[in-house]
Amino acid sequence: MAELIRVAIVGSGPAGLSAAARAAALGLSHVLIEKADHLSNTIFKYQKGKHVMATPSQLVLRAELGFDAGKRETILGLWDRQIAEAAVTVRLNAEVASITGEKGNFTILLKDGGEIHAEAVILAIGTQGNPNLMRCPGGDRPHVQYQLDDPGEYIDEHITVIGSGDAGIENALGLAADPAQGNVVTILNRSADFARTKEANVQLLNEAAAAGRISLRLETTPAEVREGELVLDTRDGQETIRCDRIIARMGSNAPRAFVEACGIEFTSPEREAFPLLSPVFESSTPGIHVIGALAGYPLIKHCMNQGYDVIEFLNGNTALKPADEPILAAKFAALPGKRSVDDWLGRFGANIDIFRELSVLQLRELMLDGAVKSFAAGEVVFERNTPGSSLFALETGSVLVEVDRGDPSRTVAIGQGSIFGEVGLISGRRRGSTIRAAEAIIVVELSRNAALKLIATSPGAARAVTRISIERQLLQIFGSGLTGEDVAELVESAEVQTMRAGEVVLAEGDEGTDIYIVRRGSMIVEKAIGGRQVFLSYLPAGSYVGEMALIDGGPRTATVKAAIKSEVIRLPGDAFARLLQRKPELLGKARTDMAARRDVNAFIESRKENFSGAVDMYSETAQFLVDNGIGEATDVLLIDETLCIGCDNCEKACADSHDGLSRLDREAGRTYAHIHVPTSCRHCEHPHCMADCPPDAIRRGPDGEVFIDDTCIGCGNCQRNCPYDVIRMDSVPPEKPSLLSWMFLGLGPGPGEPSKAWRKRNAKGAEQPKKAIKCDMCSGIDGGPACVRACPTGAAIRVSPEAFLSVARMEAQD
Amino acid sequence: MASAPRSEALPARRIASDHEGFLRHARFRWLKIGLAACFIALLGYVAADVQPRPYGGSWYGYTLGTIGALLIVWLALLGIRKRAMTPGRWSLKAWTSAHVYLGLALIVIATLHTGFQFGWNVHTLAYALMMLVILSGIYGAVVYATLPAALSNNRDQLTLGEMIAGIRAIDRQLVDATQPLPQEFAQLVLGATGEEIFSRSLWRRLSGKYPDCATQMAIAGFHSASGAGDAAAGRVEALLIRRKGQLDRLRRHTRLKGLLEVWLYLHIPATIALLAALTAHIVSVFYYW
Repeated sequence: MAELIRVAIVGSGPAGLSAAARAAALGLSHVLIEKADHLSNTIFKYQKGKHVMATPSQLVLRAELGFDAGKRETILGLWDRQIAEAAVTVRLNAEVASITGEKGNFTILLKDGGEIHAEAVILAIGTQGNPNLMRCPGGDRPHVQYQLDDPGEYIDEHITVIGSGDAGIENALGLAADPAQGNVVTILNRSADFARTKEANVQLLNEAAAAGRISLRLETTPAEVREGELVLDTRDGQETIRCDRIIARMGSNAPRAFVEACGIEFTSPEREAFPLLSPVFESSTPGIHVIGALAGYPLIKHCMNQGYDVIEFLNGNTALKPADEPILAAKFAALPGKRSVDDWLGRFGANIDIFRELSVLQLRELMLDGAVKSFAAGEVVFERNTPGSSLFALETGSVLVEVDRGDPSRTVAIGQGSIFGEVGLISGRRRGSTIRAAEAIIVVELSRNAALKLIATSPGAARAVTRISIERQLLQIFGSGLTGEDVAELVESAEVQTMRAGEVVLAEGDEGTDIYIVRRGSMIVEKAIGGRQVFLSYLPAGSYVGEMALIDGGPRTATVKAAIKSEVIRLPGDAFARLLQRKPELLGKARTDMAARRDVNAFIESRKENFSGAVDMYSETAQFLVDNGIGEATDVLLIDETLCIGCDNCEKACADSHDGLSRLDREAGRTYAHIHVPTSCRHCEHPHCMADCPPDAIRRGPDGEVFIDDTCIGCGNCQRNCPYDVIRMDSVPPEKPSLLSWMFLGLGPGPGEPSKAWRKRNAKGAEQPKKAIKCDMCSGIDGGPACVRACPTGAAIRVSPEAFLSVARMEAQD
Repeated sequence: MASAPRSEALPARRIASDHEGFLRHARFRWLKIGLAACFIALLGYVAADVQPRPYGGSWYGYTLGTIGALLIVWLALLGIRKRAMTPGRWSLKAWTSAHVYLGLALIVIATLHTGFQFGWNVHTLAYALMMLVILSGIYGAVVYATLPAALSNNRDQLTLGEMIAGIRAIDRQLVDATQPLPQEFAQLVLGATGEEIFSRSLWRRLSGKYPDCATQMAIAGFHSASGAGDAAAGRVEALLIRRKGQLDRLRRHTRLKGLLEVWLYLHIPATIALLAALTAHIVSVFYYW
């Protein structure tokens, strides 16, 4: 039998290298096993000349090896030299086939037949060997690749990079770096923001997109790969682009089969889950330790620290604290109870639902971005209408939500372990209610970005947040008579479905009794009459559909489809039927809602015979408005061009109400049937402008207006992200003389936005910096929107889509 | 087939903007008020026992005169109201509506004030100026109510800037396409592209008639030549016809905008003159009291 060494380290990435270097320094017998013919294969495969970053910057590096931000080549060279100097035992070209045995005597069988015996094993194999594959049709075509070695290799190609993580962004930037290569580079991001990406990369990408070097598509996913082209699912429907090469960088996951074959358990069955680990990185198989990306840490600094730490633990140094210990200790110092960091982390993990599936290590990292606070009984955690998008989780105690703004004594309790503030997280709206501590409480507050990252990386947390938000939405929609227990069955069986723009949720005539709640986005309801689809109504987020078939029986009476990319919650019909049986009041309420809709259906049916142009016109106008973004609007300015005399008094009034800058362009924009949608903010339900604002300066006000506050830094991201071109960058012009001195003395430029020439002549000192400006619905101005008040003929109207897109209007016009 | 979310009552500060034009505002509220004012004034005129005959200096004449003068001043204030974007729950549409109907009521009130006594004096001058203002205003109300739809149809989602840019784009193509052609053709094209897009003549702008349009003449010149089958000339002709089409659209746009605005150049100076004459009228009346 071969000699028994103290520790075998599998994988020579940053984590494995660091562990091996520490083992060598301590004089432990060890071997570093690497399947490639060189060290650190993942970084070796980075594109040539890539700048490697050293984040998170607040984390201290604790390792035998050196590491700082720099070029790929420099870093690899440094490590090769230091590994050689430290006399690390390395075995290259050795791929592990299996690991068997138990603590004190493991047998590592290599693919080439060799065997290594070790008392302990450290798995530092990373996840790069197991990238997430494209699962849409055609994803197996040969022009789909999962890696980019040298961006200089490709010329004159249409290349699509899928995934806007760090790897994807760096690949796209590399491909587009040299215009002489003539590549047309497109990068897709499936959501509107970049939760998991380094800030610096997002900035570079935005700059490249603004300069036109890269086409950045948000909220877009691949639908089908064809020869030479790629079909995309975008927010507004399907689109086909030319595409000669696809570089898919959609992240990677643990090589689960191999890891599980070693007897290691995972936290949950989802693909994205990580192995279950103790605070000393020991897996559920005693003696096997897991570190690095496989443990859930894709960042190099983390990996290197863990390599060092795990060897210290194995060497019996159980008192060693992780490198981030002082940072956390400072954070927790203010909390009552004087507990240790480990004690607090243990309590957070055990007591808070959304943290339950996180390993202590993941929790540590999360807490670096989070804050902990304590409140005394009766103290306010946050007030209604204050801005804020952070998520709170209750570690100790419970809070009271004031549900009635007129009567603070009407409250609903949220108990220990639950979360609150999730509405702000999803929509960026101001706080909807005041929340007070019911007793002494301890809460963890996660910033919007930290919370989004948690949801993106932890399936357990995502499930918990979804479940809680579904439950709250159900209670909100179906009324105050219900309690959490009443809807528990529905919540358990509810399922969130994403709908493409135009995708059908319910088809007229289909069987089925499921109920759908519009969670995000909006729906349009149509009915086929005389071979034509007639627009019945528009449903904003928060509406529900489908109960008519459930209560009355029979097939679906109308078609419901997504107006824009939306999310619906599907509730099984039988579970809902049981709830209706238990709660007769709810049935009564549903019947009242249905009566109104039956009237609409009857009205449309009654017109079937003498089907006039009116219905057609109404239908087409509704479609036009939905095409122009009214589907996601909450409040929009429309101009009736049968009344508009083109005096531009709306623009002048806007400018005079807002520092002399107009936020609307009356003449530009689309028109149909004399209804004109000017270039002006629609105050979208899920504002695209909010997605990527570095100082979080874009928020939603109490009347639903989306506005930009004074902290704007003028970066222009919102201007680029707005699909309706309603945001402009400009600086505040100098003060104008008063209206009367203009009228009687001819002083100043008169009402409206002053001309550039006048502004230049009258500029005092240096020009003000340019900032983003957009409509704020004249928030804070008594009387409401100036554009509407200033219209002399009544052409300018502000409408909410659900009020404007209803059959009632057609009836009124008849 | 669906339920809307239970919407909270609209925040109090948000004006529910009703979709009604200025003439129909609040179900013709100001039309009704204006008619009532006329009716009451007429009734008073018939009922008041004024000797020897109704005239401006009677007690009833003074009453009507005071009301009329106040109305004129208030109506003139629309010009300030329109430009002063003060906060508050006012709407310019309501002001316009009241301006139109009360302005019309002024015809009755002021005429009854005169007691149908006219002459060549400052009093009748004030009356005549007032009627001039009102008549120009009637024209304004009529065009405001009828022309916007035509303006919208004609511009076909284009802005004025885009219309001009479109013509300039054709001009650039014309310069290239004219290169192979002889001098006399080049002169025609240069004449067309060199012509000012906006005519200085008010009459042309308002009538929309441009009898010596250089583009039209160039088309005619090319038409006789391209009959010979010269392909290059045919291309230029096609471009000129497109230019003419866009120019026509632009001219219709200017014409409609002109018709919507031109009356203000009478309405407002006449108002100022009216205010002056009215002052003279009132001062003289009190002076000779």
